[in-house]
Parts: sequence; structure tokens; C-alpha cells
Amino acid sequence: MFFVEAHAASLPLSGSEIAHSWDLLWYFLVWLSVFFFVLIVGGMVYLAVAYRAKMGAKPKYITGNHLLEALWTAIPTALLLIIFVWGYVVYNKMSRAPSDAMEIRVVGKQWLWQFQYPETGRTTINEVYVPVNKPVKLVMSSEDVLHGFFIPNFRVKSDVVPGMYTSVWFEANVPGKHQVFCTEYCGTSHSQMLAQVVALSPEDFEAWKAGKKFENIPVAGQEPAQSVAMRDQVRLVAASATVGSLAEQGKKLTETKGCIACHSADGSAKVGPSYKGLFQSQVATVDGKNWLADENYLRESIENPNAKIVKGFQPVMPTFKGLLTEAELNAILAYIKSVK
Amino acid sequence: MSDNYLTASRGIKSWITTVDHKRIGLMYLFSVLTFFLIGGIFALLIRLELFTPGQTIMDPNTYNKMFTYHGAIMVFLVIIPSIPAALGNFVLPMMLGAKDVAFPRLNLASFWIYVAGAIFATSALFLRGADTGWTFYTPYSIRTNTTVILVLTGAFIAGFSSILTGLNFIVTMHKLRAPGLSWSRLPLFCWALYATSIIQVLATPVLAITLLLLMMERILGIGIFDPKLGGDPVLFQHFFWFYSHPAVYIMALPGFGVISECIPVFSRKPIFGYKAIAYSSFGIALISFIVWGHHMFVSGQSELANFVFSLLTMGVAIPTGIKVFSWVATMYKGQIRFNAPMLYALGFLEMFTIGGLTGVFLGTLAIDVHLTDTYFVIAHFHYVMVGGTIMALLAGIHFWFPKMFGRMYDEKAALKAFVLVLLGFNITFFPQFILGAQGMPRRYWGYLPEFTLLNQISTIGSWFLAAGLFYTAFYLGRALIKGERAPGNPWGSLTLEWQSPSPPPVENFTETPVVKSWPYEYRPQNS
Repeated sequence: MFFVEAHAASLPLSGSEIAHSWDLLWYFLVWLSVFFFVLIVGGMVYLAVAYRAKMGAKPKYITGNHLLEALWTAIPTALLLIIFVWGYVVYNKMSRAPSDAMEIRVVGKQWLWQFQYPETGRTTINEVYVPVNKPVKLVMSSEDVLHGFFIPNFRVKSDVVPGMYTSVWFEANVPGKHQVFCTEYCGTSHSQMLAQVVALSPEDFEAWKAGKKFENIPVAGQEPAQSVAMRDQVRLVAASATVGSLAEQGKKLTETKGCIACHSADGSAKVGPSYKGLFQSQVATVDGKNWLADENYLRESIENPNAKIVKGFQPVMPTFKGLLTEAELNAILAYIKSVK
Repeated sequence: MSDNYLTASRGIKSWITTVDHKRIGLMYLFSVLTFFLIGGIFALLIRLELFTPGQTIMDPNTYNKMFTYHGAIMVFLVIIPSIPAALGNFVLPMMLGAKDVAFPRLNLASFWIYVAGAIFATSALFLRGADTGWTFYTPYSIRTNTTVILVLTGAFIAGFSSILTGLNFIVTMHKLRAPGLSWSRLPLFCWALYATSIIQVLATPVLAITLLLLMMERILGIGIFDPKLGGDPVLFQHFFWFYSHPAVYIMALPGFGVISECIPVFSRKPIFGYKAIAYSSFGIALISFIVWGHHMFVSGQSELANFVFSLLTMGVAIPTGIKVFSWVATMYKGQIRFNAPMLYALGFLEMFTIGGLTGVFLGTLAIDVHLTDTYFVIAHFHYVMVGGTIMALLAGIHFWFPKMFGRMYDEKAALKAFVLVLLGFNITFFPQFILGAQGMPRRYWGYLPEFTLLNQISTIGSWFLAAGLFYTAFYLGRALIKGERAPGNPWGSLTLEWQSPSPPPVENFTETPVVKSWPYEYRPQNS
């Protein structure tokens, strides 16, 4: 039956304790709905067939039945109260982070997610590293418009609002990458405002804090090879050339750091100028001057984007100063140079 | 044959200055259907873009405008006026045995105010467009450089049309009922319109104020909603949903009324639980004012507010359930005929049941946290708004078509179109429940590759739905020109509008009807 197959495949991985209690309520509602659907629509179809007009037959004059009406008022009321209470109990767990939760600050801005670790002062973009089996609380705010922070695997979501703090918390129990979506419409690149929660074992998390880099972390719940094939990186804008391995690394960085939300590699203008043919080209800025797009121009445009605003674009890019290592800058520059 | 309302006077001027509620109803109907076509084309383009995960036919900025137009046009220019203003205008005075509505000139003014609103809203299409979504959430709606102000002005103006129509209907029902037509003999369509009118009159002004504040914020920077100026963006959502949630019932209640008329007529049975259905309309109207916060469970609203709004929201399901059970029970021991209006009423029951049950998911606090702002919500409200209101509109159009135009349509063609619409709709929207549960957010121009299959099924479904609707337009258009002449009462209905010739004369009845029984007196001996 379509409905059953649909429901077996209908949920994302359950990556936390709360996700499991959420799933239990979900399945209760699904089966309750199937029951009422069959009762109502099945009943309707049955009645339509059984009492289709026949020659000579007469309808019966019935205007109501108090017992029936009382029943179909009282039973749904009781069920709805149960559902309400159950929903509130699970919600309560979702909305109250344990007091020992590790706090990470989150800033949403068009169109990337920035994460700050209070303890180390470290900042990451579009990837938040967390240990498994330890509660983590994300305290979030927005720099511009509304955003929404949604981790399907943990069944948690909150709007991210300018001028106030909201939060979500979770305790990941499956290591690997967990997808994050922006769920409050925020303009051009809303659908590319993506991030990953990277859940590491406690030892790996300590190593990460100490500066170790992790390559090819699998998607949570999948084998590494499979996950690379499936969607190691979300890429929605086709990048063309890749020359040499540094450029390849740079290409990846433009995806994970959120650059591709605004900069295309195919020559189409998005929120910012395209990378295509950019290197060594003449760039006209809003103050009427022309600049040669050499390495220093590119570096300045990444670290201090408002210094030179290209004609036809808005000064909306955030600074990446201090967010990229020298090696990463080298890789990104190598990539931009390769997109001809 | 004496003149009917269509032939009594001729020429464009006789239409645009008419104060005949039937002609005004038809002008609304054609305007609404025109915008339904435009909004529908946007919907098809949206689905086509979503056929592949990346770019299919348009860039993200164009896509964002498409879903904004689709939503704004369908909500403000199609669904809100569809049944009350178009069908209600035509049918309500006749059901009451009246010559017209209480304020015929005001009625004409309502129509032209609607047209003015529509012109403002759609003029944005030819300028820089609008890309805020139909919900106009701040601060995005303040910052975007699109011509959102025109759409806001359009919705603001169209709101007054809705208020005036509601007012007109309330007075009409109080003052112009035929002799013998007591409140307990009022057809359920009238009860539904009464409940709708109350919401229109009480809730729409709040929308007007909200949109006005938003315009002032954009033009003058007054700082009501912008946190940079000390405002609160969440406050906008409260204002917006304080209207827009009750508005859901402006859209749904009249549809319930149509279904309550169709099922007894084609089952040859009295409606089951007349009083329960009538009162439940008012129950729904009342509760609709105090559940707006369920749109905001993850908005940053307080946990206490979430608790209260979730509990109250469960209260909506009870009167709605009573209606659904009563409609199904009406068919028991009937003699059911499957004319087009009945088919659409049954289609309505299937889709609205799914829409209603999934509404319980979304009213449940924890469940909503995961599902809100995903495709689950899109699927849910399309099952309610299209599966509910648009199916009821189609039921109503097929039901009253012979009365409006004095012609019958091809029932075989209607059956084929119905099958296409039913299948097309379910194929389009059912997969979206699964997409949403899997986590695909709404208003996404691009999506992850694993969502591709379900999106493609949905897009293909939209073509079937469109085919069914275009076919409906075709055979109804053909019936207008060369359909068989309709008798006064082709369905054997007992409500008053059928006791007059088809099409009716200018003032509806040759002599004032006198009502001696309630409208669902389908006794075995007279059927």
C-alpha cells in the first residue's frame, strides 16, 4: 500500500534521543490518521456504492442521531487532548537544554551560517563541529533578516531573528554530518544557505579543537564511500574547470564556506560577481574607477569586501578576515584563477 | 419567453454599472477565474523549475517572485473572494427569497474596489515585481528592492471589498428573508456565509492596519518592526496571522456551505445534524480568532504562548470533524446520484479529510517544530485550500451553472475532468507530505539530490491537474454557447433559488416566495 511504503521512507535519520521520542508520536499520528481516513473516506465510498440511486427505491428520512453526534464530538475531543499533552511533553524536552550543555553562538546572515566557540574563540562557517553524546546548545541571532535553523536529523528548528536570541539544543548520538537548512525565507540564495552539523567522537572532537583537520567525514548513518557519492558536498551551481589539486581544494572551500551562494562559476551574475574569467580582468567599481583583478585585489575582496564595490552589485558581503587560513586563501585563489 | 437577468439589458455599460447581485456575482466569478488562471500558470512554472534540483528554467530571483505572485494572487484575489463574493452574491439573495442584497450599490462598489486592488497588486508584475512571499515577513519585506509596496497596496484595497461584502451579507440575512424563512429554516450555505461575513468584518481591518504599518515602515522608516530602530519583527507576524488565520476560514467556511447544499440534494436526504453543522460554523469562526499563534511555534514566541495556542488549535478539529462526519452520514440510506456537483463534493471529502488530519500534526507542538516551514505545510494547506475550497468552488459552479446561465453541461466530460483533477491533485500534493517529513524546506529554488524523485512526481501531477482544469474550462465554455436549455430546477432541490426560472428574471422571483418548510425536507414520497 502506497501509504505504508511512504511512511516507512518518510523520515530522516533519527540522530538524537529526542528524535526517537518525536518519531514515536509521529507514528502514532500517522496510524491514527490512517484509521480516520479509512473510516471517513472508506465509509464515504461504501455509502456511495451501497446507496447509489436505484429505480423504484426510496431514500429514508433521517435528520440526525444524538448518540452518534455525541460520540463523534466526545471521542475526537479526548484523542485531541491526548495528542496535545503528548506533543507538549516532547516539546518541553526539545525546548529545555540541560544546564551542562556546551554552548555555541550562531550568527545567520544572507546567506551563510557563522559559528563561534566561546571557550576557544574559534569561528567556523557553515560547519559546526560537536562531540557526540554531549548536549549542545546553539544560541542564535541574525545580522539582517529572518532565518531559520533546522536540523532534520534531530527534529529541531528555530527561527533566527535579528535583535533577539533564540536557541535549539540537541545531543547527537550518531557521528557524521547532519544536514542543516535555512527554513525562513531570506532572499536570493535562501535555498543555498546550508550548513552541516559535524558530530565527532569525543576524542576526535578534542583533536579538532587542537587544530586537527578532518577530511571526508561521512554523512551520518552512511558508509563513507556511499556518502561521498550521494552528497559529500551540496553543490547546486556547476563549477567548470579544475586544474591541479589546490584549485580542487579551493573549489570545495567555496562550497563549504558559502561563497557559491552568491558567486557563480559559470559567468552568471548572482548576488556577487561570477568567478568566471575574473582573474586578470578589468573590474569597474561604483566609484567610477577600474581595477586589475590580480591576487591582491581578490584577497582584499575576500577579507575586506566593502573596499571596492563592483558596479551593479550591493555592498552585502560579510568580511572573511580571520575566518580563512593562509593555506585556504591560497586554495581559493587557485580555484578562482582556474575558472576561465 | 420573458427577459431574464442576462438579456434584460445589453451592452458593456449595463454590466459595469449593474446593481443586480446576479450580474455582480458573475463579474466576480469571471475575475476570480481569470486570476485563478494567472495564479495557476505561476504554479505550473514553479513546479517546472522544481523538476530538477538545480536550475531548470529560471534563476532564484525569478523563482522567488513566482511563488510570491502565486501565493498573493491565489489568496487575495482568488480564494478569499471565490465562494462568498462570486457564488454568494449570486445565490444568497435568491436563497433568501429576496430581490437583491440589502445594499446593491455598495455591492457594486465592493466589486470595483476589488478590481482596483487587483490592478495595484498585479501592476507590480510589470515593474520590479515582489519577492517577499505572500506573508510579507519583515525585515526582508522592508529591505527588498522589489515593488512590494504595490502588492501591499493591492491587498490593502482588496480588503475593503471583503469587509463591505461581509457587511452587506449580514444585513441582507437579517432584513431580507422571505416570509416564513425563519433562522432555523435557513439553508446551511447561508449559515456558512454568515459566519464568514463576521470574520470578514472583524478580522480584515487588522490586516489593513498591518499592511499600512508595513508601508509606513518601508517609506518612512517608522520603526515598528525593524529591530535596528527598536521595532520587533515577531510583532509583524502576530499582526499578520491575527488576520490571516481567521482568513483561512474566510476561505474554507463558504466551501463547507456549498458541500452542505450538494450532498443532501444528490442523496435525496435531509442533511444529517442541521443544527450541529450550523453551529459548528460559528464555533469555527470563533476559535479562528484565537489560534493565530500556531503559525509561530518556532518564531521565538514564548513557550507559554505555544502551550496555549497548541491547546486552542486542537479545538478547531472538533467542529470541523462534526461537519465531516455529518456530511458522510447524510449519504446513509440515500438514493445517491453522481452528478458533477456530487462528484466534487466527494472529492472534497477525500482531500479535506487529509487536509484536516494533517492539520492535527501541525497543531501538535513537538511535531510542528520539525514540520513547520517544510513542504509538509505546503501539502497541508493545499489539501485544505485547493482540496477544500477549490473543490467546493467547482462543486458550486457545477451546481449553480444551470441556474446562472440556463444551460446544462456535458456530464460525461465533467466526469473525465473530475477524474483528472482528483488524480492530478493527489499526485501533485501527496508526495509533498513526504518531502516535508524528510525535511525539505519550503520556498526553495534548489534542493538536495535525494528529494528529486518526489519533486518530479509532484511536477508531473501538476500537469494532470492543469489538464483537468483546462478541460473543465473547455466544456463549461462550450455549454455556455450550445448547452441544452436547463429547466428551472434540474437537480430537484428544495432551496428557494431553484424555485425560479433558469436563468432567473431581473428581480429573481415573479412573486415573493413564502417558505413553509426547512430546505432539506427530502421526504421519500416526493423524490
